[in-house]
Amino acid sequence: MDVEAMGREAQKYVWEGAIPLQIHLHESEVTTLPHPSPALVLAPRMGYLPLLLPLLKPHFSSTLPPGVDTIWFEYKGLPLKWHIPTGVLFDLLCAEQERPWNLTVHFRGYPGNILTPCEGEDSVKWSFINSLKEAAYIVNGNCKNVMNMSQSDQVELWHSVLNGNMETYQRVSSKLKLEKVGDQYVGKPNSNLLKSRTNTGETDTGGPVKTGRIPVRLYVWSVSKDFDDLEDAPQIDSWDQISYMNRPVEIHREEDKCFTLRDAVKALLPELFVEKTLIDEEIPRIELEEESRAPSDDESNTRNEEDVEEKQGENVECCCPSDDAETKLKLVRIQGIEPKLEIPFSWVVNNLMNPEHFLHICVFVKVPQAKPLPHDR
Amino acid sequence: MITLVNLTPMQPLVGCSLSLQVARWPWIYHLGMEPSHQVTSALLLMLSLRNGKGSTLFSLHGHGYLGQNHHGRGLFVTREHVHSQEDHDEKSHKGNEEPNCLGKDEYIDNATLSYRQDVRYFDFHIVYSASYRVPVLYFRTYSSDGQPLLLEDIEKELPGNSTNVLMESKWTFITQEEHPYLNRPWYKLHPCGTSEWMKLLFLTDPSLGGSQGVPVELYLSSWISMVGQAVGLKVPLEMFNKRKE
Repeated sequence: MDVEAMGREAQKYVWEGAIPLQIHLHESEVTTLPHPSPALVLAPRMGYLPLLLPLLKPHFSSTLPPGVDTIWFEYKGLPLKWHIPTGVLFDLLCAEQERPWNLTVHFRGYPGNILTPCEGEDSVKWSFINSLKEAAYIVNGNCKNVMNMSQSDQVELWHSVLNGNMETYQRVSSKLKLEKVGDQYVGKPNSNLLKSRTNTGETDTGGPVKTGRIPVRLYVWSVSKDFDDLEDAPQIDSWDQISYMNRPVEIHREEDKCFTLRDAVKALLPELFVEKTLIDEEIPRIELEEESRAPSDDESNTRNEEDVEEKQGENVECCCPSDDAETKLKLVRIQGIEPKLEIPFSWVVNNLMNPEHFLHICVFVKVPQAKPLPHDR
Repeated sequence: MITLVNLTPMQPLVGCSLSLQVARWPWIYHLGMEPSHQVTSALLLMLSLRNGKGSTLFSLHGHGYLGQNHHGRGLFVTREHVHSQEDHDEKSHKGNEEPNCLGKDEYIDNATLSYRQDVRYFDFHIVYSASYRVPVLYFRTYSSDGQPLLLEDIEKELPGNSTNVLMESKWTFITQEEHPYLNRPWYKLHPCGTSEWMKLLFLTDPSLGGSQGVPVELYLSSWISMVGQAVGLKVPLEMFNKRKE
């Protein structure tokens, strides 16, 4: 199967991806006996939780107290941000992916001090279109194409998202001219890369040289205690434990190298890839080992990554006894999978991005224990 | 005097805001450290120069207060009030709302506000948007008992020309969105048109521009003078005079 076909298949899997949910009505809103059974729903990955209202309301309506419905969800006490796609919430909050995912639904008592207001489908649609505008701005430098969408196109686009209809979505969104990321992207004209050489011919590939900014939303969950198994990962009690980074990745193309997923994560989180001077002597040896490991493994898993990093960790341990001192990248999760970091970033973006044109990346990191504060001089 | 934020390696840029020790209009910062970010470094450098200190990492939390006095009701001028977390919690509404990255600040408290029932408090944060590559104004508002206020009520209180700016300009509109770092709903002045405005503003001044671009400080002062209008913020002229010194 060629790369293109693999890409199309990946897109299909992503569009058809869904999370099995077991939704319980919050106790305080149950007015009848016996308690209603939880609703079992298959929620599209690319969708949003409030859009499940039409499915959930009938299930629980007979038991709800009187009042106006303002639906919201929580997972183990954490109110869920409705503007984050369902799949991303699942990937982020469930280190060990629980199936079905047990959520609690509320129809009353909206926590307006924590969650931005959501007035049903319109709010979700607005948030979606807004993100799409932002993505357009990032890619093209302006949001004209989104702002100028005809009413019928807008409606069709939104419905394609609602219904998970990939063909319709691709047809309508192609009008937005949000170019696919190509491997021939070069960095900005004033980057060091282009200063030091004459025209390599890459800019001759046709069309203007683009700056190659890719819309990415990164969610970083840092823990200070290491864990080996995902099921031992601590729970997320508050959104403050997650660093949200809404920052475009600038793609730079170097002559013989491809811009990989690793490069992208490194661009967003350079702190994760800082090499310790202590192990400078060890580095050549580690690199050798990396090279010998990577190509020999055909299976698509991240064991390689973890092994190499653990090996590196071991080396660090030799030099400094405390494992607490290092920062480790534990997991990179996109659309529910843990892609190999060597995969070209362009492939990841083109095939795994969400319909609002953002690539959502969940990263689990182990950070050093709290250090003493650095001081101002 | 300046204390530091306890940052985890993942801490992104939190909020950046212009600090100007001008008469009764000081603005204080809430700043995190993002080493790879050029705007941040420029701001930090500017801050350190202004404060006469060489370091690059510090945090002060503060609020800006609106300078409108509407016939004795509504909004009040107050002086600088920089305060620590505990102080904030005292008059605070929602308990432990602020993130603990504020740390402990030393502060000058020279503001004593008289207690009037209808006092409105505004918190302003200026946050850099990496997507739009412009600063964005976030704000929230609450009354003295900590009750958050609705946008409709705020708009009633704004001076006439502000509401005009808001309504007539296709470039300024306010939405309620999540603060990029504080995980709470704040009001946001939409950034879509910002770079257009700023280009217009700087194109008209022949002394500016050139290959260096506009100094960050000047950019921010000019920017706040524009967006401030939409939310009724007055920027004193002294702010621009001081810069020349």
